[in-house]
Amino acid sequence: MALLGAAAALVVLGFLVVGAFDALALLVPMRVERVAAMVLVGVAIAVSTVLFQTVTENRILTPSIMGFDALYALIQTSAVFFLGSGTVNGLAPPLRFAVEVAAMLVFSFLIFRWVFGGARRSLYLVVLVGIVFGVLFRSLATFMQRVIDPNEYLIVQDRLFASFNAVDPTLLVVCAAVVAVASAWVWSRRRELDVLALGRANAVTLGLEHHRSTMAVLLVCALLVSVSTALVGPITFFGLLVANLAYLVAGTHRHAYVLPVASLLAVVTLVGGQTILEHVFGLDTVLSVIVEFVGGIVFIMLLVRGGRR
Amino acid sequence: MTGPELRSGRGAVSTTAPRPAARLHPGTGAEAPPAARSQVARPVGRPGVLRQRLGLLGGLAAVLLLAAISLFVGVSELSVGDVLTGDLDDAQRQTLLASRVPRTVSILLAGSAMAVVGLVMQLLVRNKFVEPSTAGTTESAGLGLLVVTLLAPGMPLLGKMGVAAVFALAGTALFLLILRRIQLRSVVVVPLVGMMLAGVVGALSTFLAYGNDLLHTLSSWMTGDFSGVVRGRYEMLWIVAGCAVVAYLAANRFTVAGLGQEFTTNLGLNYRRVLALGLAIVAVTSAVVVVVVGGLPFLGLVVPNVVSLAMGDYLRRSLPWVALVGAGFVLVCDIVGRLVIYPAEVPIGIVVGIVGAGLFLYLLLRRPSGAR
Repeated sequence: MALLGAAAALVVLGFLVVGAFDALALLVPMRVERVAAMVLVGVAIAVSTVLFQTVTENRILTPSIMGFDALYALIQTSAVFFLGSGTVNGLAPPLRFAVEVAAMLVFSFLIFRWVFGGARRSLYLVVLVGIVFGVLFRSLATFMQRVIDPNEYLIVQDRLFASFNAVDPTLLVVCAAVVAVASAWVWSRRRELDVLALGRANAVTLGLEHHRSTMAVLLVCALLVSVSTALVGPITFFGLLVANLAYLVAGTHRHAYVLPVASLLAVVTLVGGQTILEHVFGLDTVLSVIVEFVGGIVFIMLLVRGGRR
Repeated sequence: MTGPELRSGRGAVSTTAPRPAARLHPGTGAEAPPAARSQVARPVGRPGVLRQRLGLLGGLAAVLLLAAISLFVGVSELSVGDVLTGDLDDAQRQTLLASRVPRTVSILLAGSAMAVVGLVMQLLVRNKFVEPSTAGTTESAGLGLLVVTLLAPGMPLLGKMGVAAVFALAGTALFLLILRRIQLRSVVVVPLVGMMLAGVVGALSTFLAYGNDLLHTLSSWMTGDFSGVVRGRYEMLWIVAGCAVVAYLAANRFTVAGLGQEFTTNLGLNYRRVLALGLAIVAVTSAVVVVVVGGLPFLGLVVPNVVSLAMGDYLRRSLPWVALVGAGFVLVCDIVGRLVIYPAEVPIGIVVGIVGAGLFLYLLLRRPSGAR
């Protein structure tokens, strides 16, 4: 744990100063915002994925695989489509963000309810449905992008590609507050989460109000997912990678260990990966593509192995 | 309709397909109980055959009508009367012969062939939710096209298709290899693996394209679009028609191969050869359609399933219908895409994606839940 913490601090520092020695004073402040965004996103994705996997009792389902990124893209596009880019850009960023998060929350909660509220469906069916939903949302978004006029389309496109280059400072502050509050709440409930992870029957036997607990956790999940997607856009497999690595590294199911380990791993991977890509290979926004590639392979391996606890 | 007529007509083959595997003793096909054999090959009464042929003719007429409509949708003026009387000036004749006719013909070919290929895949893998876009085939063909464009940009179209077909074949073979390793053969795991594989291959393509500034080109390739189809380019699609005919002739072999290697061998068929033939048909068709038109997601999945819901799984009878419905479905999607933001058009891949994904979700969720 301490080792990971040190590594995380190191990569953040590295990102701030690498290749900037002759212009430290100028470059570091510019990079602070981007690092902050990455740290926030890393923590949000890690925590939400671990929570989600605890509640759904599986190792392969993550919020983003369920099509949430695509949903976000659709919400963004719909906003421009129905209101026009003038209206959308006229809103103050925090307000726009609040509206988007509200929409995400409503929709994601509906999907959660539909998937986990009624009859217990097969896990794989749920994953497949999530992926197809993703395709549907993406196609709908593309359709709208074709129908609106090209200038408007450019505005949408600008805001959809996962990148840490254009983060709005006021947004950052709002997101930081949300992530901090959510993380604190999760930390205070860490023991309850351990019980939840034992499965419904055991949790009820041990005196936990299972349904209420589950719904509360899912709500926090949706909130964190909204934050991370709104900040940088879609990174489908990142959560899956980090969560499964964390289970391996932590060697325990106790959330007091798994959550911090996952968060730190996420920060190390994101910031480290971005640093290496930018300064070693001179590439810019392809981190998400690499994560997609590796994550897809890991996902298939998990499926081959059976993917259940 | 009276009872006996019903039995000899449309109900001759029960709509819930008899699964021969469950009926014939595995490994001893010869000792099948007589009842089973009569289930599979019951002589069909005359009125039934007649009605089927009439039905098919009706379907064909409907598709031809749609094709005619599709001919007259567009920005340049063409009137039905002028075309029928041959009263066209040169520009109109040029429009008709160089752009409209190729476009409509290629829609018919691509739509029907992709639907048939989906059906072939579903037979070979014995899974209702497999088709080129849920098995990594389409994405692999796209990767092949990208690679050949980067390494040998001057290669003729046929060569590019060849490379794309080889990649598609490799991708599909990889998919089948992964499936062999999987313990949990639940119905939905199979397309899940395929879609993940497609994602991995797609990420590879994106990475390559990103490094060479081809991102935009790649995305326009992978989105099915008939607007670029003109004379001199679409003729390649006749290869696809050939593939579909071969698939029809070999349909029964694919059915048998779907029952497993031992069963196939016992019936005196070479399992590997049948499998190779099926995969070749799938790969070549997917590659040609990707190169000429682009991706048509879920088409091969939705159409055979809808046909099977309506008339069961007796292949000899349903295969022509699959081809017809596939062609009709794409025609309708294309006409919609052309009219929505007239005079511009929405690429057909997007329209097919929306309708196809919606229907796929419906098919997934109408199954009783909880099937593990």
